[in-house]
Amino acid sequence: MVATPDFLDDVQTMTLEAFADTIVPGAKRFPTDHAIAGVCDDPGAVEAGALELLGDPATGVAAGLAPLSAMLNQRADDYAERVGLTLEDDVPAFVALDYDHRAALILELVAWGNPERDGWVLLTMFSNMAYDSAAHRHTAEAIAEGHPGLLAMGFAEPDTDGLWRFADFSYGRVLAKRHPSTTESGSPE
Amino acid sequence: MTATEKTDVLIVGSGFGGSIAAYHLAAGGAKVTVLERGPWLSGKDFDHDYLLGSSYTKVFDFVAGDGMSVLGGNCVGGGSVVYFAALPRAPRYVFERHGSIGRRMWPAAINRQTLDPWYDRVSDVLPVTQQDWNDVTYAGGLWAAACDHSGHTANPVPVGVDAKKCTNCNWMMAGCRFDAKQSLLMNYLPAALSHGAEIRPLHEVQKLSRTDDGGYRVHYNHIDEEDYRVTTGSGEIEAKIVILAAGAGATPPILQRSEETLGTMPHAVGRYFSGNGERLNTAIINEERVAEVLGLRRPNGKAYEANQIGKGPVVACWDYVDSALPEYDRFSMEQLYFPPGLGTILAQAPDAIGPSWFGKEKKEILKQWKSWLTIFLMTEDDNEGVFGPPPPTGNSYRISQQMLARGPLRYDPTPNTLHGWAKADARAKEILEKDGLAKVTPWTNDVVGAYTVHPLSSCRIGDDPATSALDDRHELRGHPGIFVTDGSSVPCGLTVNPALTIAALAERAIPGIVSAARDRGVEVTYGAPLPTSVPNSVARPAA
Repeated sequence: MVATPDFLDDVQTMTLEAFADTIVPGAKRFPTDHAIAGVCDDPGAVEAGALELLGDPATGVAAGLAPLSAMLNQRADDYAERVGLTLEDDVPAFVALDYDHRAALILELVAWGNPERDGWVLLTMFSNMAYDSAAHRHTAEAIAEGHPGLLAMGFAEPDTDGLWRFADFSYGRVLAKRHPSTTESGSPE
Repeated sequence: MTATEKTDVLIVGSGFGGSIAAYHLAAGGAKVTVLERGPWLSGKDFDHDYLLGSSYTKVFDFVAGDGMSVLGGNCVGGGSVVYFAALPRAPRYVFERHGSIGRRMWPAAINRQTLDPWYDRVSDVLPVTQQDWNDVTYAGGLWAAACDHSGHTANPVPVGVDAKKCTNCNWMMAGCRFDAKQSLLMNYLPAALSHGAEIRPLHEVQKLSRTDDGGYRVHYNHIDEEDYRVTTGSGEIEAKIVILAAGAGATPPILQRSEETLGTMPHAVGRYFSGNGERLNTAIINEERVAEVLGLRRPNGKAYEANQIGKGPVVACWDYVDSALPEYDRFSMEQLYFPPGLGTILAQAPDAIGPSWFGKEKKEILKQWKSWLTIFLMTEDDNEGVFGPPPPTGNSYRISQQMLARGPLRYDPTPNTLHGWAKADARAKEILEKDGLAKVTPWTNDVVGAYTVHPLSSCRIGDDPATSALDDRHELRGHPGIFVTDGSSVPCGLTVNPALTIAALAERAIPGIVSAARDRGVEVTYGAPLPTSVPNSVARPAA
């Protein structure tokens, strides 16, 4: 079970989870898991720890999460009205969108020219980093504990001292002709 | 009242431009003080860890601008600690480039021939070595084999890596844990220290002002060692000579902020920024086709699946590093490794119907990460980057405690630059998609704009005062006694990795700086023997 920041309420958490799930989608964690769109059958950014990373003071975005969550739901309401969608009102507006609409809205939010784009780009980057580099965890520990992103990518395990070494690294043979104008120092002419 | 601290030569930044100057001036007898905004890490301080707060986020900065994001070193040793240690010399045609100014951009005194002796010196010190094919990693080997299959040549690149110590861990962007990478912590910096130079980490220079005796007062802030957004104090040092080497992303804001006290800056300060025309492409390798078409096979039976293994770039194709081609048609194509996080977010899913850089289709290519091959293109851009007004401190508005920040650089690529990128993208795609070897897409510019790991030219040398901030001795026009020796002094993109050229230009600038220091009453001579390498990266001296 990954931690979620305790300074966010359920609506804020669910909204930001839905955002992270659009960046790296995952499987629903339980049948009534509305935050997760459910377009993949293995874990995505949320199970990888996106909310934990976003709430980490080191990111510098923690204080912006509550306002970004509220803005995201406002933008989702605006979007739904514009494209003629009627949203269920028992979940936050962004959560009520299906995956394709969530993705379409995020593309609008991060588009050049949108004066609000910086905040959305940061949410996007950290959601991605939770999955593909587990920046909220020591990498060796995250791998040992089966971090879903690093595992899915096939990130190698370190040696017992927590450091990576690859003794098998080279085909060990000549694979191309050297450029004819290479100088004695090994540089281009 | 406390007297203001004084030194002979104050150096801002400890990368190539700062370290080389620090050594020669200290060895020549000057009192040298180096202020470095980042921390001082060495050896075992360099983590294999993506956790925020590890060396990976401490030692470099990622500053997002408008249309251009810059990655740069932020530690003692600067770029040399975080770079990939590819050290080719710039090709001859680079020195003849005109760019968009209608005349040669480089000073008349500098061409490849006149710079070669200075390249030789740096190459001896680091040292720069030539790899053989047994040193070439799987990623480099695959790129070489693909080039060969398309009728291209490919070279193992000259590097500053001790192959005997290298474990091919590919963590070199977080600093080299094994002291295999020949950073400045293993040559110029320990040599400078042995001659009495003082290096102060976590000292971020903000601006300069003039003293009554024609020298300069350097104003700095102390930076918190964990949270770089926090200033823990400030101070001033007076110097007879100031050498700015804060990096092409950081030197201009210091000078812009100093305009209030020093007077008008040359027009080219904070203009003509080049991202070295850089561009990245991700190839998703078809393992079966690589085995069938290229006949590649590892001992474990895999054809490749080796993205994570290696030591950055080891093989480059220089077939388009060709003086017979017109400007903006010339580029190099180098295999590279970029770690997850920064190295994955911008990669695009080939043939995506929905969003290409996030979402479900992107997730599918992440599952093939072991079969990624990254190709780094260095093209000719148009020096179109311009710095806006400087932020209140440093070179950016810091967002995260470390690494991530927003900066004032604007970069709107011209048709020439776009042409160069498109040409190089197309050639890399053609080579790697031949016979189904891979699917290739360029990194998106939709997230952080264009990007560079080799910022250049934002305070450049030249003969024309209208388009260069420095004369050919690297002295700031109109402000005698201030020199700039970092990547900002390089006039234009080089179509190859620029570290050796930055270093060679710094070596070349030293006799002139020594002469200027002597004119200002500093007892210093030029001609100290070149430093010798030490086996272990130099640690911060005990307090």
